[in-house]
Amino acid sequence: MIDWYPLFNSLRIAAVSCVLVFFTGIFCAYYAAKLPRAVKGVLDVILTLPMVLPPTVCGYFLLLVFGVKRPVGAFLLQYGVKFVMTWYGGVLAAAVVAFPLMYRTARGAFESFDQNLAWSGQTLGLSDTYIFWRIRMPACRQGILAGTVLAFARALGEYGATSMLIGYTPGRTATISTTVYQLWRTNDERGAFFWVMVNLAISTVVLLTVNMLETRQKKAVAK
Amino acid sequence: MSLFVDIQKQMGSFRLDVRFTAENGVTCLLGASGCGKSMTLKCIAGIEKPDKGRIELDGRVLFDSEKHIDLRPQQRRVGYLFQNYALFPNMTVRQNILCGLCREKDRAAKARRADAMIALMQLEGLEEHKPHQLSGGQQQRVALARILVSDPQLLLLDEPFSALDGHLRDALKIELRDLLARFGREVLMVTHDRTEAYNMSASIAVMDEGRLMTVKPTKALFADPGSIRAAILTGCKNVVPARRIDAHTVEIPDWGVCMETRQAVKEGLCAVGLRAHYFSPTAQQNRFPVVYCEEMEEPFEIILQFRYQNQKKDSPPVWWRLPKDKRPAAFPQELGIAGANILLLYE
Repeated sequence: MIDWYPLFNSLRIAAVSCVLVFFTGIFCAYYAAKLPRAVKGVLDVILTLPMVLPPTVCGYFLLLVFGVKRPVGAFLLQYGVKFVMTWYGGVLAAAVVAFPLMYRTARGAFESFDQNLAWSGQTLGLSDTYIFWRIRMPACRQGILAGTVLAFARALGEYGATSMLIGYTPGRTATISTTVYQLWRTNDERGAFFWVMVNLAISTVVLLTVNMLETRQKKAVAK
Repeated sequence: MSLFVDIQKQMGSFRLDVRFTAENGVTCLLGASGCGKSMTLKCIAGIEKPDKGRIELDGRVLFDSEKHIDLRPQQRRVGYLFQNYALFPNMTVRQNILCGLCREKDRAAKARRADAMIALMQLEGLEEHKPHQLSGGQQQRVALARILVSDPQLLLLDEPFSALDGHLRDALKIELRDLLARFGREVLMVTHDRTEAYNMSASIAVMDEGRLMTVKPTKALFADPGSIRAAILTGCKNVVPARRIDAHTVEIPDWGVCMETRQAVKEGLCAVGLRAHYFSPTAQQNRFPVVYCEEMEEPFEIILQFRYQNQKKDSPPVWWRLPKDKRPAAFPQELGIAGANILLLYE
């Protein structure tokens, strides 16, 4: 009998962190575009760092902040919130690592947005909220969808920061990627192979989706 | 109906410093690209913020840096037709037009006004089309419909014809001119095309490098541009440094000639402009020996370039433009130009 918990946990972590990253990424991308160039450059580096740093380094920083003996971690613990060794700690780790993918693709989409559309909306009397949700977002839809899918895939495959922050506890914090390593380490080659195949299947579907979105975008542009 | 603009804005090394009043119909901002025309429109619409100054429309203050008034674009009631028309690509023609009615809260009135505008702009049958399915001319009509239905008190047109093919342009110019006449409110149009400015506007404001040089009624500007910049922008091909000799004589050192003018020459003259159309082998006034140099053929006209006999080597040749069928069999020995056709330029 296979324990499906790692699949469930991985999907749960990826889904929740993807939703978080969707909104924070779009928010940061939208406001970063409005900042003065110097500030934007600095912010851009900080927001993109998790993408280029080794995930273990991200995990190290997360432990530095949210470790139960650290000020922030200790403070949160008073309210019963603990990110170490919990599944929502996994959400945090995955979100931090996946964030730059969403942020950068959304920013790219916003930058190629024809600002005249927003301006003409304003002069017609449309509210800025209406312009954002009904004109800007639909125009950037393909890019934002692609960013979301990429962020989801990255969150699903997160290993380094996750294993640092939440470790591997079967039935509690185990994800697909940590399970593969654990099974391999304990010489359960067949088990490891099984989860590798599961991961491969999910990733393939995700990438096919991205490709499909890109072709549709090209078609839309060609029109 | 009047628009008063007095704004300054610094952008890097570029400085925009514009002051003018526009009233009675269509005013054109004419200038080379990058001279700050579009930036001026954006400041009036409230999309860009000037560093200093004041903008007033029919007595309503839209912007005043001293009183800290800066109305949002949504509150200004200024329509803006963008160069690319900026139709919302995800919406149909009808939805685009309904966006112009967002201030109208009554649903029935909204639908009625949209229908009326669709009929007025002859867009029936296109209501459910998306912008990319429309021709350039139709897109322009939708963009105008969307703006006019929002009942703006001022209409800003940014190069309204630049996105259109040449043959469509002339037809649409007439259409738009009639529409603007019916609109009956202030219109400010930006263009770099002198013909367009001449076709469409009652008066023209000439801009150069962020400065507004002069505002004049259109015909008066073409008859007497007054400055070197304005002469070039109104299409004068021969602009050459000159010096005042007396009230009706100017010396053109580069060409080695002195010319008589009909208009009185004032102190401070720095150049003269001679429109390429006005040279003539039969004119008796200002007649001097010339030497043929080059020619360039156009579909219906020909440009013949010549030099005056004593013209300086580094001075560019003079343009003479005439209809092809008027071309003389042999290039004339002498060419004259009436004193009335010499533009006196002071700046």
